[in-house]
Amino acid sequence: MAKVLIIAEHDGRSLSPATAKTVQGAHGLAADVIDVVVFGDALDAIAQDAAKLAGVTCVRVVEDASLAPALASRLAPEVVALSEGYTHILAPSTTFGRDLLPRVAGLLGCNQVSDVMEVVDARTFKRPIYAGNAIVTVRVPDAISPVLATVRTASFAAAAASGSAKVEAASAQAQDPGHTEYVGAEGSSGEGPDLSSATVVVSGGRAMGSSENFELIGSLAKKLGAAVGASRAAVDAGYVPNELQVGQTGKIIAPDLYIAVGISGAIQHLTGIKDAGTIVAINKDPDAPIFEVADLGLVGDLFQLLPELEDAL
Amino acid sequence: MKILVTLKRVVDYNVRVRVKNDGSGVETDGVKMSINPFDEIALEEAIRIKERGEADEIVVVSIGPDASQQQLRTGLAMGADRAILLETDQWVQPLTAAQALLNVVEAETPDLVLMGKQAIDDDCSQTGQMLSALWGRPQATFASKIVFNDRRAEVTREVDAGLETIAVELPAVMTVDLRLNEPRFVKLPEIMKAKKKPLDSKPLAELGLSADQDFEMVAFEPPPQRGGGKTVESVAELVDELKTRGLL
Ligand SMILES: Cc1cc2nc3c(=O)[nH]c(=O)nc-3n(C[C@H](O)[C@H](O)[C@H](O)COP(=O)(O)OP(=O)(O)OC[C@H]3O[C@@H](n4cnc5c(N)ncnc54)[C@H](O)[C@@H]3O)c2cc1C
Ligand SMILES: Nc1ncnc2c1ncn2[C@@H]1O[C@H](COP(=O)(O)O)[C@@H](O)[C@H]1O
Repeated sequence: MAKVLIIAEHDGRSLSPATAKTVQGAHGLAADVIDVVVFGDALDAIAQDAAKLAGVTCVRVVEDASLAPALASRLAPEVVALSEGYTHILAPSTTFGRDLLPRVAGLLGCNQVSDVMEVVDARTFKRPIYAGNAIVTVRVPDAISPVLATVRTASFAAAAASGSAKVEAASAQAQDPGHTEYVGAEGSSGEGPDLSSATVVVSGGRAMGSSENFELIGSLAKKLGAAVGASRAAVDAGYVPNELQVGQTGKIIAPDLYIAVGISGAIQHLTGIKDAGTIVAINKDPDAPIFEVADLGLVGDLFQLLPELEDAL
Repeated sequence: MKILVTLKRVVDYNVRVRVKNDGSGVETDGVKMSINPFDEIALEEAIRIKERGEADEIVVVSIGPDASQQQLRTGLAMGADRAILLETDQWVQPLTAAQALLNVVEAETPDLVLMGKQAIDDDCSQTGQMLSALWGRPQATFASKIVFNDRRAEVTREVDAGLETIAVELPAVMTVDLRLNEPRFVKLPEIMKAKKKPLDSKPLAELGLSADQDFEMVAFEPPPQRGGGKTVESVAELVDELKTRGLL
């Protein structure tokens, strides 16, 4: 029977919603045990949040100043030290999990299943390849244990906060390799809902033309209580910061409503919104590929249509 | 400084890949092949580092079929000095790729290995992290800016929350993101010159790596298609539709 260890993601203050989705993904493994390990410093509140996730058996807390902020080269040997007895080790398929888990896989000398979108059974998983243009079913041979996998968060709902797992302290066991140092971080002000988990997202593309014009997206989003997203072209042109990029190399999201404005619909963008509930496209080119996936398409000039739409709401 | 850059031959990013009717794989016959776009950015960065006088040699390496020589030649034409091909017709999974690359790293002792953050065919995003683990060296993934200071490098990384900067000691492995740079176009004379640059090819099988960690590819299927959409004629109609669907 499966015994699962999930590596929690957090920012030092709160547990990331990606962790609850990873726990939900683990439910498909029919596991006896789902433990969550939290690494870092001053983790009480985060550990309590993890303990509430439905289905979690035990939260193992490894507090050590050298574990925060998270660095893959520091954390990977700790994960290996804790891995004894587990059949599966999971992490969210976020930049945190995608940085860390393959390093764990390297240390353990095994392959990893990236971006699990469906659990078929404890050793068989579906995952996207070729920017989501194909789905492959992969089977992990019986000889490989533990099974390492990152969970595509857009494919799973968050596990309910209805549990009450025990919380246990564990101590750091590995040495700091000392070759990597955290320098700093910068992020956007965090106004409005979080792009990865928002139920409504409004995205702008190259057609916005400038960061001033991009305000049209911001103001529509505000009116809808939506998060703001962008195509790569809009990010590259400097209209908005990189963390707003949606797509293969940006965020993979699954809002109930996605509104794409002045975005052509390149496959690399579409792969980020495949799981969206309803896709609305506003584009002046009736042949833009975005209309092939849009549930509702409106052809016209965004500079005329956006203000109209805002007024109509 | 000596830089090793990995170049994977992949289906060109503009091709809309299709799953074969029998579900045994994806259609790659007669499809345009290119250097993995992230790897091209890794190579461009290496060339810029060399042009700034901070590196003296760039070696490009690929693991794949004999035809990968095309991508290596393109890399040489862009500005790499030498190329290594580990030839195989098998589909190489990340652990095997990392083990093979470790072999090259041990023979070449580079100060820096620059790789793509992911191959756009398997979309695994694992090989760089695995190589650095096997090598016991630092990793800096998803790099959008790299600055050297003696035997240290400060790397700005694109993470979900924005940008993060870490410092790593060399030698190190870095995997690059799209915004690091824009690769140059190769000019015809460079392509001619590149034909004379050394390209070493040997069978991957000579390394004696086992594939017993390989996953089995059970089946391939196209992604679920989204239902046919509807064109609305006006903002008013759009708002009505959204209301009907309970989205407003
Ligand atoms: C390896 C790789 C990874 C990539 N990853 C991503 C990714 O994660 N996310 C991503 O988005 N892209 C990604 N890309 C880039 C992608 O291929 C496209 O280049 C990009 O998505 C285009 O952005 P866009 O739609 O905003 O711009 P364009 O393709 O230039 O489209 C602009 C659209 O705006 C319309 N338009 C112009 N003016 C108006 C107006 N006044 N009113 C209404 N409509 C108007 C035009 O008709 C056009 O359809 C990646 C590319 C590569 C090679
Ligand atoms: N067969 C290969 N040949 C050369 N480089 C590779 C190969 N496989 C993976 N890589 C490198 O590893 C990166 C990540 O690949 P992946 O882990 O498959 O997403 C790629 O961008 C390449 O730089």
